[in-house]
Amino acid sequence: MADRKPLLELKGVSKRYGGIAALTDVDFTAYAGEIHAVLGENGAGKSTLIKIASGVTDASDGEVLVNGTPHRFRSPTDAMKAGVVCVFQELSLLPDMTVADNLSMAGTPTRGGFIDHKAQRARAIELLKRVGCEDVHPLELVKNLPLSRRQMVEIAKALAKKPKLLILDEATSALTAKDVERIYVIIRELRAEGVGILYVSHRMHEIEALADVATVFRNGRKIETFRKGERSVRDIIQMMIGREVTHHYPPKPPYQDNREPALAVSNLNWGRELSDISFAAGKGEIVGLGGLDGQGQRELLLALFGVLKGVEGAVTVDGERLSLTGPRPAMDAKLPLALIPEDRKVEGLMLPMSVRDNLTLASLQQMRSGLGIDSAKEAAAVTAMVDRLQIKAPDVAAPVATLSGGNQQKVVLAKWLMTEPGIILLNDPTRGIDVGTKQEIYRLLRNLAAEGRTIIFYSTDYAELIGCCDKVLILYGGRITRELKGEECTEHNLVASALNVETVPEKAA
Amino acid sequence: MSDWRYHFSHNLGTLTAVGLFVLMFGIYIGNHEAGLNPAVATTAANKAVLLALVAMAQTLPVLTRGLDLSVGMIFVMANCLASAIVVGTIGQGLAGCIAVLFMGLAAGFINGAIVVYGRLQPIITTLATGAIYYGIALWIRPSPGGDVQYDIADFVTGQLFGTVPTSLVVLLVVVLVIWIPYRSSVLGRGAYAVGSNEQAAYMSGVPVDRAKIAAYALGGLIAALGGLILTFNTYSGEASAAIGGTYTLNSIAAVVIGGTSLFGGWGSAIGSIFGAFVLRTIEDLLFVFDLPPLWQPLFQGVVLLVAISLGAIRVFRIRNRLELFT
Amino acid sequence: MMAKGMTQRIGLDMPVMIAFGCIILLLLAGSLYSREFLSPDYLLQQLQVGAFLGIIASGAMMVILLGHIDLSIPWTVTLGAMMATALGGWIGEPGVWLAIPFGISCGALIGVLNGLGVAYLRLPSMIFTLGMNAVVQGLMVLHTGGFAPQDHATDAMHFLAVKRTIFGIPNALFVWALVGIIVILILRRTAFGRAVYAIGNRESVAYLSGINTNGVLIGCFAFCGACAAFAGVLLAGYSTKAYQAMGDAYLLPAIAAVVLGGTNILGGRGNYLGTIAGVILITLLQSILSVMQMPEAGRQVIYGAVIISMLLLYGRGARTRS
Repeated sequence: MADRKPLLELKGVSKRYGGIAALTDVDFTAYAGEIHAVLGENGAGKSTLIKIASGVTDASDGEVLVNGTPHRFRSPTDAMKAGVVCVFQELSLLPDMTVADNLSMAGTPTRGGFIDHKAQRARAIELLKRVGCEDVHPLELVKNLPLSRRQMVEIAKALAKKPKLLILDEATSALTAKDVERIYVIIRELRAEGVGILYVSHRMHEIEALADVATVFRNGRKIETFRKGERSVRDIIQMMIGREVTHHYPPKPPYQDNREPALAVSNLNWGRELSDISFAAGKGEIVGLGGLDGQGQRELLLALFGVLKGVEGAVTVDGERLSLTGPRPAMDAKLPLALIPEDRKVEGLMLPMSVRDNLTLASLQQMRSGLGIDSAKEAAAVTAMVDRLQIKAPDVAAPVATLSGGNQQKVVLAKWLMTEPGIILLNDPTRGIDVGTKQEIYRLLRNLAAEGRTIIFYSTDYAELIGCCDKVLILYGGRITRELKGEECTEHNLVASALNVETVPEKAA
Repeated sequence: MSDWRYHFSHNLGTLTAVGLFVLMFGIYIGNHEAGLNPAVATTAANKAVLLALVAMAQTLPVLTRGLDLSVGMIFVMANCLASAIVVGTIGQGLAGCIAVLFMGLAAGFINGAIVVYGRLQPIITTLATGAIYYGIALWIRPSPGGDVQYDIADFVTGQLFGTVPTSLVVLLVVVLVIWIPYRSSVLGRGAYAVGSNEQAAYMSGVPVDRAKIAAYALGGLIAALGGLILTFNTYSGEASAAIGGTYTLNSIAAVVIGGTSLFGGWGSAIGSIFGAFVLRTIEDLLFVFDLPPLWQPLFQGVVLLVAISLGAIRVFRIRNRLELFT
Repeated sequence: MMAKGMTQRIGLDMPVMIAFGCIILLLLAGSLYSREFLSPDYLLQQLQVGAFLGIIASGAMMVILLGHIDLSIPWTVTLGAMMATALGGWIGEPGVWLAIPFGISCGALIGVLNGLGVAYLRLPSMIFTLGMNAVVQGLMVLHTGGFAPQDHATDAMHFLAVKRTIFGIPNALFVWALVGIIVILILRRTAFGRAVYAIGNRESVAYLSGINTNGVLIGCFAFCGACAAFAGVLLAGYSTKAYQAMGDAYLLPAIAAVVLGGTNILGGRGNYLGTIAGVILITLLQSILSVMQMPEAGRQVIYGAVIISMLLLYGRGARTRS
């Protein structure tokens, strides 16, 4: 190992978004000619690390060195010039342009100042061949390609930049087995050529097959770097999950199989994203949605709330068929539905508006008097809710943007509790908020369930699902692949079924 | 080799506009008492080229997912300026022409700079700068009038070799000298990239800011060329808000008819040229079919509104209603 | 803290205060130029003229708060004027009574069509309303034969636009005040008003909160059309006749008034007090420019420059928001 050259070094790097630390004091080194796996749960800090390395965002603190010289990337172009190239999870392709155009968007071959279409095309054919996509025509528009081909084009595009360090962020998530094999071959070729590779994946067997070195992240911190074979899969999973202590969660009542049904879903289909989803949720039950990120969980919640067009199948609420035509019918159902959306900044809150205006937006109908709003009634309801959830705001007239992330999320929850919902759909409600508020939310959920409300709870954090849910539905590729009830909800079962690895369901000790 | 199939589908919008134009122009000529002769063609071309240029000018910002509501006013301002400075000897006149074009370039550059560095919405920015350009036009020419260098004017509005309308040749030159090189330059393709997905374009290393500014600036230049040719047609300048407004609106309609997406990233200035020709031919058709002149503005307005509404096709493809709001 | 709450309650935020500050500066500058400028009579006369703009700006503000814009205002103003003056000629005696409501309804109808295009076809309001403007223009050309219409304004229109019934205060000011109170009540006291701000901030949030966002869009565009037409009716009363393109001079000042009053052009923020300030500001600006005998050219340049600079100033706020 004498020839190990540090290619990319991060020294004491931290990154904060607003008040929230996404990455804390990380030292990290990637070497030339090595495949380095980056592991961690969602929100562990992997994507922040990648964003800093590839110039999408800037570190708040610390130093980034490439080949021993400090760099400050102001844009992905800067990083590219230094040889750091990233294949992004959210595709960076231009949908209305041809594959050939996309492949040489940077470093375009020119002749006399103009794009050399012939050279560009030859290059496209060569790159497509390299990634095994001979079937893709260079003049095809990217938007006409299926997702798996698009991902291959994305990888080809990165190769076109002749990277010294190639970062693959969940680059295989949409690929077929054959394509994945092809990618393995390419990655190994690159390694042989002395290219350094950062490989982010949730698929444990991919890591096993490829990585020379692995680093585990958790809660924005680096936990450990180890070489291949030094740690077992079980150890690695343990490191990723950490010692999340279960007593942070309120006590769960024993699992009940015979609850009064509140929500019944049968044969729900939506394009390729949701296939044949059927399940039931009882009154007072907390049902978790688990699985890897992006397996249709979000779409399922949106479909139930009537946001998606062209959903097939039947949803009944307390025995009545629900019309899936928009939020209003869902909110007017016999057991009113509420959706706590994923992105509170885009779908949950109007940041410049006051806490009060945000709180009452969904329940203004109940505060009508004549043509207008009964402001006394509104003020009373707002005060009551602020007290109930202990929302810390200087003033209910203050813009919600001035609140901390946790309190903002409480505002979203409170807004929907004001509509007196019978069924609450939660889309990853604890993402990016502090531990204290998380615990308050867990207690709140349990109390709401105890009042007889039904809760459908999607979380990317397995520990949360285990700690909060009476049963968990695991989704994979838009299908429910497993239903874990009561004591079957263990870390091992959740992780194993999320990765769609067959294991015998394990009972909690 | 199935390349032609791709080239065909990539240019379907343009080809449709061409087809529509050929069909309508055929009907027009078939019903015209004199048929197609150089005089008829030149009259038609001189009118159509004006809108075609303004529509080309509009296309460039639209491709970046912007809009330029000041194109009509730049057109009018160039007309007024030309009526004041494109005078004297042929040499002086040509120098004046260059000055007019330069002013259009500057006006477009200002639009682009405000949009990029001031981060204002293109639409409201160009509405306001449009007022400024109109004010300048009025300042140059408070009442209609002025003059133009006759030799240049008669050359541009006449015929080459006694058959081909010169204005069409000018348009062709603009396509060959400005559009085609722009289209195949890194900056021009950057404009498409920005319109297709600005974030992805940035990630791919496209010079986003420069591409946008260049689109607006070049648009201003082409609009000013339109204003210059208007001056050659009328031998005078007129600061008319109505003319500016009409050209702006028609330019947007021509862009849409020409197959360019108002949401950016897709289309071609050549499509817009034929979109403009289609609109002009509609006017001529109304004339040969004796539609009462009073009905013409309404009919044109409705055609425009329908053309604009074609952009709604997107709505019916959306599967997640939240995407309606982006 | 208390004082801050107070000023927020009545809507005195930064841009509004800047706008009022500019008004005082303009008054001072005007009084230096001519002693007449500060006389109550002159000021009332200015406000009377400003009232027409104020009514148009009221409607424009509702649409701008949504994050949209209505460029069909010019010909909707003309439409209101022409329809109201023409009704008498069509239906005789009852037309005298129905003239004003009829004119307003025609404008509201155009607004509804705008709203439908924006809400259901999801077309950019700028472009759709621009097209609608052309259609209305076509209709009016058809209606008048392209000439100045011969119909005269009714007495009621004249009464509202020109007369001074109480304390010598122009009736037009009362009409504007009435429209203003309606807007304030809608924006501050109703669920509809909340929905307007919510949509302007984030339509997706409003939609997910169960608000009928399409209905609100259509409602606001209808209100805007009605306001523009109403102003047209009054303008016809003011000059006894409707005439071609009479609304053309009002689009830019109306948008400018709303924007100068601190309403965010991207929607979601702004209050009516600001719009009042903006209208007075524009009116005084116009009057000073005309006292100075500034030609139309200079006015256009100044409008454009003022809008751009104010937007650049307020734009900073908008950027930190997103």
